[in-house]
Amino acid sequence: MAAIKLTTPLTDEDIMGLKAGDSVFISGEIYTARDAAHKKLYELIEKNQQLPLDLQGKIFYYVGPAPAKPGQVVGSAGPTTSGRMDAYTPAMLAQGLKACIGKGSRDEATKKALQEYKAVYLAATGGAGALLAKKIKSIEPVAYEELGPEAIQRMVVEDFPATVINDAYGNDLYEEGRKKYSRK
Amino acid sequence: MRELDVTVVTDAIAEMCKESNYFLGQDVVDALKNALEKEVSPAGKEVLRQLLENARIAREEEVPMCQDTGFAVVFLEIGQDLHLSGGDLTEAVNEGVRRGYTEGYLRKSIVKDPLDRVNTKDNTPVVIHTEIVPGDKLKIVLAPKGGGSENMSIVRMLKPADGYQGIVDFVVDHVEKAGPNPCPPIVVGVGIGGTFEKVALLAKKALLRRLGQPNANPYYAKMEEAILSRINELGIGPQGFGGRMTALAVHIETYPTHIASLPVAVNINCHASRHVERIL
Ligand code: SF4
Repeated sequence: MAAIKLTTPLTDEDIMGLKAGDSVFISGEIYTARDAAHKKLYELIEKNQQLPLDLQGKIFYYVGPAPAKPGQVVGSAGPTTSGRMDAYTPAMLAQGLKACIGKGSRDEATKKALQEYKAVYLAATGGAGALLAKKIKSIEPVAYEELGPEAIQRMVVEDFPATVINDAYGNDLYEEGRKKYSRK
Repeated sequence: MRELDVTVVTDAIAEMCKESNYFLGQDVVDALKNALEKEVSPAGKEVLRQLLENARIAREEEVPMCQDTGFAVVFLEIGQDLHLSGGDLTEAVNEGVRRGYTEGYLRKSIVKDPLDRVNTKDNTPVVIHTEIVPGDKLKIVLAPKGGGSENMSIVRMLKPADGYQGIVDFVVDHVEKAGPNPCPPIVVGVGIGGTFEKVALLAKKALLRRLGQPNANPYYAKMEEAILSRINELGIGPQGFGGRMTALAVHIETYPTHIASLPVAVNINCHASRHVERIL
């Protein structure tokens, strides 16, 4: 288990240096995307049409922040359950997406696609929304503003903490961690 | 007969929405500190440290501890000698949530129709459970419930022959399947008995008990301990990163049941275990 600083955009080299269980601290840009935005992007990919943003080297953050209080950049902003994005994720990875941040397990197809396209799945601490919001320095809409809280937004982050769950070598921290500490 | 204007209820609920989302209960904070001491996995310890830090930030800055500020579930115990006047009680409760969630910068997470899924934009309607009780007071409990942990809930009609062991196995297997999804460390509410709908409500009410306070019946208090220790042997750990502290507590609530039935329900709460109480 290492603590690794990552700067966006991510390269294949960055990805191959990550192992399940590593802590990472991300600085640079990450993009918010939830169910509705995934669905829209997926439909464009299916039809071979241009996406509103280039996914090459990018990181998606599955989040629906709380409204910002006056003086706040963004309201509490912890991860949402990733499984809901499984159906769309392999297609995003094929477009060059290098990492996604959420919480909870991924399906087999997503895990395989992470290996195939050299990408990683990261978890941020679910429920630590107030803490994670402090790592977000700015936020601006990029696409699908009509989706309100589900729009795609660019967040500039500094030392945003996450943990590698699925690496590009096929390792899975949720499975390994459980095996290691199980006393069944 | 005592009179209470429903606008008093609205004001109380609005405050309670903010309070419950900003201030993690001291019982949960203590349980997280205790878990940090006992946890052996480094990744698990780091999660627990982050959660304690998160609770501190939320409290000091008066911001929601989690962005999912939940479905507002409201329990009302209405004294039978109390007269609620000045308007519709249900609407007064909804108005309180509308105000609390808007003024408090809390996320609006409710969609009007389960299939066409358009957001109501003010976090209403609430789910209300009312009980008529002796006396002339109104007791309100507000428990905002996050979607991630609520989705990991289940009701099963076991056979009476499944008995004690059947219940323990069912609950532990279920928590194992939920794994990292409900944001462990979790609080496990278990309902046993009653009917199909009663048992779900028992499980939800079990989550309202102060953490660490065992069931008043020693038999069920032992069962709570037994289930907790089995869950904490699963290895899931904080956030599912591996570790011993998967659950902070198991609370069981029971009710008489039919000779043919053994209903069991599991309602999981995340570490953002939120509930506040007021007596008016
Ligand atoms: S399960 Fe609880 S802590 Fe996790 S995101 Fe949902 S409300 Fe927040």
